[in-house]
This record gives sequence, C-alpha cells and structure tokens, in this order.
Amino acid sequence: MEISMKINGAEVTHDVEPRTLLVHFVRENAGLRGTHWGCDTSNCGACVLWVDGTPIKSCTMLAASAAGHDITTVEGLEKDGKLDPIQQGFIECHGLQCGFCTPGMLMTGRWILDNNPKPSEEEIREGISGQLCRCTGYKNIVDSIHWAAAHPAENEVSA
Amino acid sequence: MTAVQEVPISAGGNPIGFGSMKRVEDQRFVRGQGNYVDDVNLPGMLHSAILRSPWAHARIKSIDTSAAEALPGVIAVLTGKALEGIPRPSLLGDNFAWMPTLSYDTQAVLATDKVRFQGQEVAFVIAESRYIAKDAVELIDVDYEPLEPVMDAKRAMDPGAPVIRDDKGQTDNSITDVHGHKTWESGNAISTAEAIARAEADPNCVVVTQEVMYPRVHPAPMETCGSVAHMDKVTGQLTLYTTSQAPHAHRTVYAMVAGLPEQKIRVISPDIGGGFGNKVGVYPGYVLSILGTIVTGKPVKWIEDRGENLMSTSFARDYHMTGKIAATKDGKILAVDVDVLADHGAFNGVAQPTNYPAGFFHIFSGSYDYPDAHCKVTPVYTNKAPGGVAYACSFRITEAVYVIERLVDCLAAELGMDPAELRLKNLLKPEQFPYTSPTGWVYDSGQYEKTMRVAMEIAGYDELRREQAEKRARGEYMGIGISFFTEGVGAGPRKDMDILGLGMADGIELRVHPTGKAVLRLSVMSQGQGHETTYAQIVAHELGIPPEDIDVVNGDTDQTPFGLGTYGSRSMPVSGAAAAIVSRKVKERARIVAAAALECSPDDLEWELGRWSVKGDKERGKTIQEIALLSHSSLELPEGVEGHLDATAVYNPPNLTYPYGAYICVVDVDPGTGVVKVRRFIAVDDCGTRVNPMLVDGQVHGGIADGIGMALMELIAFDTDGNNLGGSFMDYLLPTSMECPSFELGETVTPSPHHPIGAKGVGESATVGSPAAVVNAVMDALAPFGVRHADMPLTPSNVWRAIQGNPIRVDMAIE
Ligand code: FES
Ligand code: FES
Repeated sequence: MEISMKINGAEVTHDVEPRTLLVHFVRENAGLRGTHWGCDTSNCGACVLWVDGTPIKSCTMLAASAAGHDITTVEGLEKDGKLDPIQQGFIECHGLQCGFCTPGMLMTGRWILDNNPKPSEEEIREGISGQLCRCTGYKNIVDSIHWAAAHPAENEVSA
Repeated sequence: MTAVQEVPISAGGNPIGFGSMKRVEDQRFVRGQGNYVDDVNLPGMLHSAILRSPWAHARIKSIDTSAAEALPGVIAVLTGKALEGIPRPSLLGDNFAWMPTLSYDTQAVLATDKVRFQGQEVAFVIAESRYIAKDAVELIDVDYEPLEPVMDAKRAMDPGAPVIRDDKGQTDNSITDVHGHKTWESGNAISTAEAIARAEADPNCVVVTQEVMYPRVHPAPMETCGSVAHMDKVTGQLTLYTTSQAPHAHRTVYAMVAGLPEQKIRVISPDIGGGFGNKVGVYPGYVLSILGTIVTGKPVKWIEDRGENLMSTSFARDYHMTGKIAATKDGKILAVDVDVLADHGAFNGVAQPTNYPAGFFHIFSGSYDYPDAHCKVTPVYTNKAPGGVAYACSFRITEAVYVIERLVDCLAAELGMDPAELRLKNLLKPEQFPYTSPTGWVYDSGQYEKTMRVAMEIAGYDELRREQAEKRARGEYMGIGISFFTEGVGAGPRKDMDILGLGMADGIELRVHPTGKAVLRLSVMSQGQGHETTYAQIVAHELGIPPEDIDVVNGDTDQTPFGLGTYGSRSMPVSGAAAAIVSRKVKERARIVAAAALECSPDDLEWELGRWSVKGDKERGKTIQEIALLSHSSLELPEGVEGHLDATAVYNPPNLTYPYGAYICVVDVDPGTGVVKVRRFIAVDDCGTRVNPMLVDGQVHGGIADGIGMALMELIAFDTDGNNLGGSFMDYLLPTSMECPSFELGETVTPSPHHPIGAKGVGESATVGSPAAVVNAVMDALAPFGVRHADMPLTPSNVWRAIQGNPIRVDMAIE
C-alpha cells in the first residue's frame, strides 16, 4: 500500500507492505537511520520519535497508522546548521557513550523541556523512565537535559 | 610514569593533553549520523533470519524446508545438513556445520544431530527482505525428538545425567580444557586447608562458610549483534561489517574457519552500540552471513532480534561458589578457600586467555593481606546457551570480587564487627606494592586505605551508621554496604596470555602529516568508550599537537594494525601505552630533524610540550608542526635517518595493571513489600592517571547501573523443561532512570609504575565492584531479621522471602 507522511517537514511517500512498522518505514524507506531499534517488546525506547509532536515508540506503531501525520526524528532537531540545546546538552554533559539510545533520549528530552521548561531531577527521571541506556547510568542524561533547560535557544521562551 | 599536570588549552578549546574534553564522536551521534551495522546498506543486499530451536535438548529427526523455499522472495534456506556438504579447506574441521570456539571447543553453526540449548541455530533463511525471511522461518518444519534437558549445573555431574556432548564422544558433562584439565585450581591447597583447620581448632579464631551464587545474567547492549557480509566473486575479497569488539582477532578466526586467505578478508566494525563483552565471541549468525554471501553472490545482512540476543549470545557468570574464610576473633583474615561449579552451557565458548580457563577468577583473594588462599573451579556443560565471560567482567573478576566481598561481610557479621573497620584492618598497605598475592598475581600499586577513607568521608559513614541505628529503633530498615575491589586488567603479557594462539599484544601506527596534523590508527575498538577523543589526548600529551588536529581510526582491519581488541578493560592499559610509546618514537625522530635544521647535535636539544629547542637558548627551536614539514622537505638529514614523522609500535604489556576502588551503597528496604530503594551510591575509583576524567566518570556511572541491575533485577533463569525465562526485556529487567540514584564519585590517583602514562583502565571497574556493595547493603538492612545471605537478584519477592527465612534458589532450574 502507498503511505505518505511528513517527516521532518518533507512529504515522504512509499509503497510498502501494510504490516510495515513505522520504525522500519523511517529507517529503510525514508532512509533516516538516526532512529534505532533495540527490542521486540516496546521496552527500550531506542525507536522514540515524535508523531504530531508527541514521543512515540515507533516500533509499536504501523507506518499505515502514521499516514498523513507529522513525524519528527532526531535528524529534525538541528535547525539552520545549529544544534538544538538538547543536542548541545548531551555533548556538554557527556550524556552519551555508544550513542545507540541517544536519538530516543534526545527526542524525549526535548519534549520534556517543551512541556516543562524547568523540570526537576525527579521529573526528568520519570520522563525518560520508559527508555533504556546501558552505558551512562542515566546521571549524565539527566544532567544533559538540565543543561539544555538552562541554555534555551534564542527563539525558545525561557520560563 | 606521569601524573596529571597543568595542561595548556588549544585554539580549539581542548586540553593539549589530559583533562576533561568533550567527545569528538558526539557530533555525529547527536545528529543521528552514527553508522551502526544495521545502518549499512549495500546495493543488492539480501536479508536473513535464523530458525532457532524451541527445545533445550532434542534430536533432530528431519527438517523440511520446501514450503519456506517456495515462498516468493526467498533466495536460499541453509540447514546443518547443507553446511555439512560444503567442504572446508582448513585445519579446523572438514565442513562448515561446526566451528571452533575461542576456548578450543567446537560449536554448531547450524545444528545437525541434536539441538543443545533453547534458541540454538537450526536453519538460516536468506530472502529479499527481513519480513519475508521471518515469514519463511515460520514455514520450516522440524521434527524433533525431545530429550531430557540438563538445566542445573549440579545435576550435570550426576552419573545418570543425560550426556550433552555426545558429538565429541563424551560419556559425561565434564569439560576438558586445551591442557587436558577438568578442574582449574590456583593458590596453595595444602597450606590453605591447614590454615583453615588450625583456625577451626583455635578458640581465638572463626571460620565462616557461605554458599553464594552469581546467577546467569546477560550484557544486553542496546544494539544487538549483527553483520553484513559481502564476497566479491571476481576479486575474492570478503568484506564483513560486524558488531565486533575485536575486528582483527575475528578476521583471523574467519580465515581459519572459512579457509579464506586472510589478506582477502576485511572486517569493519563501524559504530558499535555497546559491547560489554557481548561482542567478543564469534557467533553462528556472523558465519552464516559469510556463508550466505558465498552461496548467493550478494551481500547478506543478519541482524539479531532482542530475544535472540538474550537467548543465544554470550551470557555472563553462572558461577556457583562456596567460600570459606578463616580469621582471628579480632578480625585478622588468615585464609580463604573457594570452590566453584561453573556452568558453561552447551559449548565451551568462553572468550578469555587460553592459560586462564577460569578467566582471572583466581584474583579472588582480593585486596587484603593474608598468606593462604586457594580455589578450585569445575566447569560443566548444561543445556544452556554458551558463553560465560562477558558483561564487563574483566575475565571473571566480577565473580571473584563478589565472593570475597560477600565473605568479608559474612565474617564481619559473625564477629559483630563493622565491615568498614574489618576491611581497614586487612587492606594491603602502600609499602607492600608491588604485592604478590597468594595466588601469584603481582599487584602494581595502590593506596587502599586512603581510597577507602575518601569513600567513607564522602558517604559520611559514621553519620550513616548513627542514622541506621535510629531507624532500626523505629522499625525502619536501612542498609549500608561496602565493596573494596582490586582488578587485574590489560591482558597480556603475550607470553602468558593468548586467545587461540594469538598473543595479547596490540599494534599502533602514528603518522604526522607535513602540515603537522596527525592520524593515529588503533587495533582496539570503541563500543562507546570514546577512543577517538582519548587517544588523541594521549598523542597531544606526548607531542603537543592539539587533539583536534589528530584523527583516530579504529574498527577497520584494512586501515589499522593487528591487535586483540577491546574487552577486559584492556584498551587503556595496552593501546593507551602503545599510543604513548609510538608518540615518543615520533618525538625522538623529530629531535633528529630539528637538530639537522638547527645545525646542532640532538643532545643539545630539550623538549617542552610541542617544541624542541636548544638548551640554554630557548629562542632557537622548532615546533612539532615546523618539524613535520621539515621532515618532508629537502632538508638534509644525517646518514641513515629516514624522513617523515611516522612510527609504528607493538605494545606487549609487562604485567597487568591493577585498578581498584572503594564503593559504598545505601539502601532502604520496605520489609512489607521487599522493595529495595538504592538511596545513595558512592564510588571512589583509583585507575591511575585519568586521561579524560569526564569519560572515566561516565564509565563508572554505567558500571554502577549494571551493578544495581544485577543485584536487584537481572536474571536469565530456566525452568526444568529447559525454557529460557529471560528472553525479552519484559522478563529480563534492566535498570531504568528510576532505579539509579545520582551517583557520588570521588577519586584517588595512584599511577601504574609500569605503564608509560601511569593509566590502569577503568571500563569494567564499576560493574565488577558495585554488585557486592548493593547486596552487602541489602543484607545489612535485613540483619535484624537474622538474614545473612540471599542470592542476587534481590527482587521484592526474593527480599520478602529472605525475611521469611526462605530466599529464592537461583542456583536451580525452576519447577
Ligand atoms: S525498539 Fe525497543 S521500544 Fe521500540
Ligand atoms: S549511550 Fe549507549 S545505550 Fe545509552
């Protein structure tokens, strides 16, 4: 079946099997390999991207269900050659090691700040609790999100 | 030996040498531009899936692949029988159905006669898409005759137990190593037994015996294993993109397995999404992707599911340990004896130095000063997945640290002594180094008491004990757990350590280009450690070239010199040393070039970071960048001196390095629900010189999370029918941000005297050291209930049952 959706602002159309998962559509068909896959059971969150601005585990959604919707992936965070503060935060605070969980963590981290510009440590920990990282022990991920909260981009309204 | 000094900052804002520096590799990762194996896409590439055994032990009567082959989009279906028909031109067996393991055993690539663990590879489907390959797997019809499975290491040795490795003509389930040994011992059995007997007879002494199980767990990196193989039929060149922590060693193994000329094999490990020892072994899936490309002539991709990863690739631990510790009543340790039953699964596939069949478990005597220690390890086959040495275990030092640190706490409980005081009384003293342990390890350096006191200071130890006493009086259960560990990492030396005959030394190559920029080529392989950053810092430290001017290449056998790869915390102790040494070679060559340019003798020159200048006349000098250009110029060099500023080195470590640390964990236990909350975790590591302290801390954080996970939630359990009960992330629980506290770190720095920059390695320290601290804390909390020991994982139900006096038996299969 033919499926169209907007990914990072660009219209994407592909003819795929109806059972195609969104994560595979984004990775294989749209060729955006920043979104990762890490488990069979919706537990790891390596696949998190946004559907209409909300973080979704894209391994758990059919591409067909996302048809006509607005998808944002990690590749969509950088604007005009400038990293989003959340990306910069992960660099500043060593919020990643192998980088495999990172795209999902960035998408959730950005979303946390969009909804709660000054989150507490507890709120951040709860926000990322559906996603696994095997390298960092989460401390530096929490710090990275705090860093981004403290360094909003110029166009962000700081709280 | 160098300690951290004042470091100049480069124009790029980076330390020209050691210090916290942001990682080079993050630029691509935060943009989603990493390149992992599953991101590799070659023209015409085919996909694959593996049919795996539902049974732990069964005879294969027949396999019918016709329906699978008939499915549109399926290119080929391989079975064990088909592989038996492919002759193998090598010394390691005459067909492809079996392959050698890293411990000189054999492992089925695809099962022929029997399946020996649930999840074992039975058939391999190659198709146009992964979805079709998965569909086809469902269509393969295998007729199995189920056999009684052996799911319990203790049962494996029963005379009547079913024999698992009848393929090798075995009549029992014992494992024989390459030296013909069925048990592995170290230390002095006689003196240890005598010391323990003396203590037993002496009213001023105690002997404490404790059985502790380190259950089967899995490293579970976020990226599963996989490969993309491509054989160019015309040139005979095989390119393998693969999740490998040891690309060079893997290439040699493939050359041996497949009988392919080694120069025609190129192994590329692109970005690796975490390894932790899971990506050291050579798995059937990798070999099948190679056979797949040979059969089809097209590139073949194989990517594991999470279930496949957890059920078939390298597990860790599964060590059944019984320890005895003897001490005087005032707390002086006298002797330790440990007996181990080691469950190796269905194939002996442990990845470790040949002469250390129990890994480095023999370092179990720990960080304490006493004369007599002995251990005996008996390995057995069971109907479980092969592996054993993985999950940041430093070749089984995890198990060693766990048993000694539990024993010391049991001793403290027996003596009614504070566990910190007991440790302080027995820790090795700085003047005892280099220290030869009762089992023959030579610890390089340490200031153990100092490190312990820093940890106690950060924790506010005395205050914590006061708080605990108050809480106990109120019926609240808080626990404080300590672990003091010593690791031996950085294998070789090559004369003592090899894997499949490959000595554990590592090559390195440094080129300084005419403009003074450099490229460093490593044999070791980052899986997230940040090699592209830290190794540039080592060259910067030695040569004064800014780190941003140095590119670090790893993970491609065509672009890097041979070496044994990254595991056992060996990158910094081995290749870190190599990086310093190769830089020093370049520095010496630069001196000759500078002397020629300055028309003086090399002896008249002195070095300050990044510049050779004339002694007593600092103005006359040349920077390393100027010298680089001169080395390529028409400048006349003395007879016999080659131009250019390039060098290579192979580093063969003279000894292991011995990082160590003191960890303190504080928990609160709810006796009603059994829920354990880790409130604080204090880690003071001494890993010698810290090249990039920010990255050292990051590695420690990750390891503490591992330890919390293993202590509280992770377990690969089996039922008596042979079913793996930990085959998904719904069943195999990993710690999330909610289980981990905000870790509190400290440091002491005791450089290794034999390492060129004094670094010891830290990659596995926290995974090795932290589980005992968490378990000790929980046992401390439960002491009022009379609980002395319960095995990991200390899940709520296990803790609750321990309080009732009936902890869960993780050493047996579940009925
Ligand atoms: S891939 Fe694990 S949650 Fe989606
Ligand atoms: S950085 Fe490796 S899994 Fe998170």
